[in-house]
Amino acid sequence: MEHLRFEFKTPGNRPSGRASALVGVVSSGNLEVMVESTDLNEACQVEVNTSARGFAAIWQAVLTDFAERHDLAGLRISINDGGATPAVVSLRLDQAIEEFLGMSS
Amino acid sequence: MSDLSGRHRGHSYYEANARGRITHLLDAGSFREILGPTERLTSPHLELLGLPCAFDDGIVVGHGRIDGRQVLIASQEGGFMGGAVGEVHGAKLTGLLELAVQERPAAVLLLLESGGVRLHEANAGLIAISEIIRALLAARAAGIPVIGLIGGVYGCFGGMGIVARCCDSLIINEEGRLGLSGPDVIETTMGVEEFDAADRALVWRTVGGKHRLLLGEVQRLVEDDIAAFRSAALETLEQPIQDLSLEALEAEHQALSARLTDYGSCQDATEIWSQLGLHDPLQLPLLDIQSFLKATCKIGREGA
Repeated sequence: MEHLRFEFKTPGNRPSGRASALVGVVSSGNLEVMVESTDLNEACQVEVNTSARGFAAIWQAVLTDFAERHDLAGLRISINDGGATPAVVSLRLDQAIEEFLGMSS
Repeated sequence: MSDLSGRHRGHSYYEANARGRITHLLDAGSFREILGPTERLTSPHLELLGLPCAFDDGIVVGHGRIDGRQVLIASQEGGFMGGAVGEVHGAKLTGLLELAVQERPAAVLLLLESGGVRLHEANAGLIAISEIIRALLAARAAGIPVIGLIGGVYGCFGGMGIVARCCDSLIINEEGRLGLSGPDVIETTMGVEEFDAADRALVWRTVGGKHRLLLGEVQRLVEDDIAAFRSAALETLEQPIQDLSLEALEAEHQALSARLTDYGSCQDATEIWSQLGLHDPLQLPLLDIQSFLKATCKIGREGA
């Protein structure tokens, strides 16, 4: 297992979403993403627990893209990963934000 | 929502995950989760083995309403370790069943999808199964109906197969499978000559929903649609609860002994169907649910 922590300082607005949202399932090539509101005003904290070791740089790249795409602050994002590919991670992150903001049906 | 024909295919039960099933089975917006993912009540064992945890340990439990009636509900996530029961997973299910005795809901709905004990957690998982069974029977003894729903990708096997058969009543779709040792376990331990787990037709006619209905082990066979499961659960709520007296249990034991005498020498489920007096047994796996129920309506379904 590898435990990674990232923090993104974003000037974005604190979104008014649900208290938390959870999408995805931890399985082979898949992951779960949980989004929670925090009191951290300008930061978006991401914690990754992954079964695939040695991919910190790729997580950094995927999460940086995500942070730029959404420009969200005041969030805690927690990930349990079963070896998902970067594309799957990106899609799950977007899905988690949609769910958190109540945009999904 | 009370479409009993099941023809309106809204959401596949087979393809939905644990949370999706709860969302579409219960009244909209009525679900309140107990020990949800933000509590981070994860497995204490998996981390030590270098395996990823899930925030809910693969099971969602909570309160909800179905057609306005209060129920407690649990839903196992097959996608996480095949729905296998670890220490925390099992404790959540046991706790829900114990809560039922205090709160006296209209029913406890168990959405079962599991390969059984999470063997990584060894004794903790095995003990969890016995605790679940004890709590389930205590809920039934207190007069709370426990209704099992089966129809996910991973089926319901091992210790959870036993738990399923301890329920008052079971609802299954054609895709659902119920058994003790699963096909792969039988093949691994007894050899491919005994059971070919890659033969999907053999697997389904041996442990699939249709056969379980014909044997009287499940009470309702429905289309693969969450709305159809919901309708069947509501019908089940209207039924009197199963007798849990010693006499009833002894009668069931006798029926099971008789079944072994009657069918013990059969080499294939189709031979059993033939002995049950069903015409053209080879065609039964090919029939859609409505035609199947029509073709087999003479078989008593309320026993054992």
